[in-house]
Amino acid sequence: MISRTGLRLSSVITAMFVSQSAAAEWGLNMPQGVTEVSQSIYDLHMLIFWICVWIGVLVFGVMFYSIYKHRKSKGAEPSKFHESLTLELLWTAIPTLILILMAIPATSTLVKMYDASDAQIDIKITGYQWKWEYDYLGEDVRFFSNLATSKDEIYNKQEKGENYLLEVDREMVIPTGVKVRFLLTAADVIHAWWVPEFAVKKDAIPGYVNEMWVNVPVGKEGIYRGQCAELCGVDHGFMPVVVRAVSQDDYRAWLAEQVAAKAAEAAAALGDFSHEELMTKGAEVYASRCAACHGQNGEGMGTVFPALKDSAVALGDVQKHIDVVLNGTPGTAMQAFAAQLNDVELAAVVTFERNAWGNDTGDTVTPKQIIDARNQ
Amino acid sequence: MTSVVTSHEDGHHGPAKGLMRWVLTTNHKDIGTMYLWFSFTMLLIGGAMALIIRAELFEPGMQLIEPEFFNQMTTMHGLIMVFGAIMPAFVGLANWLVPMMVGAPDMALPRMNNLSFWILPFAFGMLILTLFSEAGAPNFGWTFYAPLSTTYAPSSVTFFIFGVHLMGISSIMGAINIIATILNMRAPGMTLMKMPLFVWTWLITAYLLIAVMPVLAGVVTMMLMDIHFGTSFFNAAGGGDPVLFQHVFWFFGHPEVYIMILPAFGIVSQIIPTFARKPLFGYASMVYATASIAFLSFIVWAHHMFTVGLPLATELFFMYATMLIAIPTGVKVFNWVSTMFRGSMTFETPMLFALAFVVLFTIGGFSGLMLAIAPADFQYHDTYFVVAHFHYVLVPGALFAIIAGVYYWIPKWCGNYYNETLGKWHFWLSFIGVNITFFPMHFVGLAGMPRRIPDYALQFADFNAVASVGAFIFGFSQLLFLYIVITTIRGNNKASAEVWEGAEGLEWTLESPAPYHSFSEPPEVK
Repeated sequence: MISRTGLRLSSVITAMFVSQSAAAEWGLNMPQGVTEVSQSIYDLHMLIFWICVWIGVLVFGVMFYSIYKHRKSKGAEPSKFHESLTLELLWTAIPTLILILMAIPATSTLVKMYDASDAQIDIKITGYQWKWEYDYLGEDVRFFSNLATSKDEIYNKQEKGENYLLEVDREMVIPTGVKVRFLLTAADVIHAWWVPEFAVKKDAIPGYVNEMWVNVPVGKEGIYRGQCAELCGVDHGFMPVVVRAVSQDDYRAWLAEQVAAKAAEAAAALGDFSHEELMTKGAEVYASRCAACHGQNGEGMGTVFPALKDSAVALGDVQKHIDVVLNGTPGTAMQAFAAQLNDVELAAVVTFERNAWGNDTGDTVTPKQIIDARNQ
Repeated sequence: MTSVVTSHEDGHHGPAKGLMRWVLTTNHKDIGTMYLWFSFTMLLIGGAMALIIRAELFEPGMQLIEPEFFNQMTTMHGLIMVFGAIMPAFVGLANWLVPMMVGAPDMALPRMNNLSFWILPFAFGMLILTLFSEAGAPNFGWTFYAPLSTTYAPSSVTFFIFGVHLMGISSIMGAINIIATILNMRAPGMTLMKMPLFVWTWLITAYLLIAVMPVLAGVVTMMLMDIHFGTSFFNAAGGGDPVLFQHVFWFFGHPEVYIMILPAFGIVSQIIPTFARKPLFGYASMVYATASIAFLSFIVWAHHMFTVGLPLATELFFMYATMLIAIPTGVKVFNWVSTMFRGSMTFETPMLFALAFVVLFTIGGFSGLMLAIAPADFQYHDTYFVVAHFHYVLVPGALFAIIAGVYYWIPKWCGNYYNETLGKWHFWLSFIGVNITFFPMHFVGLAGMPRRIPDYALQFADFNAVASVGAFIFGFSQLLFLYIVITTIRGNNKASAEVWEGAEGLEWTLESPAPYHSFSEPPEVK
């Protein structure tokens, strides 16, 4: 630990003195992004930046000239002047003009950003503590997107990957060359969905549907990464946004794949699963979906998130346990997982919670029981 | 009035002895001193929290603390620094200086003065003790957006609400006292337009406090109702509106940020003329600029909410209104620079901090102007660019002005000069530390690092490490400040009444240290 920190410190100190090319890799500036809007915002940002730089050079220039020239140690005698209406008017009027010049391109860019008309695809984005749900309106495609980085990477037990904290289990997929509209809301607290390369950021607010849009140009296919930008609780830093932009043909193929996969899942749920299979799968699901609040070993956290080890729910009636996992507990932080997990995953995680950490009920919950509970 | 004051004088010739002097005091200097020590204590506590945050952020991965505790640290750091360090320091300075500057014997309402101070240790004691509760301290950020701070909050939120109420009551009483003193207790001949700028900026700040602290009290009361009494002000499921919270909060919050900077403008406007040996340039325009900034502060709040999905017309209105603030703020900076121009400058510690204030506050102003541009704000919002911006206006802005003020007036308070060499060391360490800490935050913010995250992607690693190194340099330099202040109090490098060669104003006509009761006879104002 100490040596690693020391190493880091020395690398930082070396890096502070190296050339500009290294500085470029550090990411100094706003990305220009890949869309027309992100480019206009970047241009606006640079325009204002340079205006500020020149005002700064002028004002600090006069100030440092005075500091150098008009110092007592150089025998400077103080003047007596202390007001000038002309000057006051001048340095009120000139900044006003500069501000008007800034406001014109700012207004036109903002108007462009607010025009979400004529979108061909609508995707509803819902923020949850601490994941995103993407619902392709008009298509039978709807899924959750969770952080894929492992706890071992976060807690330094394993080498961190290239996209550390910016990788998810399922990406949002959008076509290029098409105006895509996002309808943004939240299920619990306020989140904010942000992809810097698109210059698209807006708050996801419970009870509101916000609107934003992106049109990724053809030829800019690729993976774009961002993060939740509004403090939303303990794992705010761990809910990335990943969008894969693909050609329109690939997009249609992807949609078809999703529909087929869903049908296959539903068929699989009717099969038989052994207790061991469910326990193994349940442990995976628990680690990725439940452990953030209920603890790695079911110990809970603070007063908001109860323990599952030795809990009344996990040791009590099976139907009640399934109900809590499926539908959540209103008025608390416990979410409804009915739409987030499939039948096999739900059966596995309930089985796991009833048999892990000394919860020795011996129960096996099958996917069929979940289907029955859903249909009640 | 004069006869009342005189009869009050007859019973007291000096401070009482022992602990009860401080508990029962109604003396503006004693209360000012307590405010300043309280605020310094809070600075160290809030600063220690900042160092915990920076230590965790030194490299990617979770090393020292858990995300939950990280959120408690960012929340408590913000609350303690804003309400516990910066605001009480300005009230402390006002207590010490306003009566001396307007030629009064004491504050207008001395008993209320005592109460408004003594509420604070209880308010902050309660807030800090939540750290040791089972639920943990508040963890929803100093802006405490609902519903994270209501439905999803730890149970300690109720103590937080009570604490905020107490701080608000204290601030309002302090503000009433300052207004009453300035409007009623000025020496004959001290017309409003002859008042020192520190008095002017505090008068305007006090009105801002009275206008917006009740709004803060209102918003936390609505939270309390939602949490404990089944209302749904901010709960969408019950027909409430989470965005309403932000409107009410920022209607308080934006004037609040000027509450933390206007008295700093006042301090710097006292210091620069002294060390430039030249009268302040454009006194009247300084007063009008301060009043304009105060007025504008009420019509710009939604620029904190550019990404909540406001209608286009609303965005445009708040963008234009916010850009207007640059004009009076610019006037102030131009006036300070013109004051220095063709002066005869020397660079004692207060002047160094004041000069750093002018440069670094202006840099914070530039990033503020960038943030005002709504389309660009969609990229800046809730990133480290914002963190860099408000730390530039609050640390080398407000805090540097407070430190400059302490160095400037401490010979008057204690009767001793501070050690100039150590003062310069303190300045340069702080100046270098503050820039190493906060300048790289502009870069990581632009490159896409959100604020309030306990861990970050690998491309942000280098600048975060740099910022952490700077934070430790800056933090530990403040212990030097403590040492300098203590040695000044105990020292015997006697100060003259005028203290500084070019100093103007009634406070410099009193002997050093200033007598326990400032002016028992109204001074003559030329």
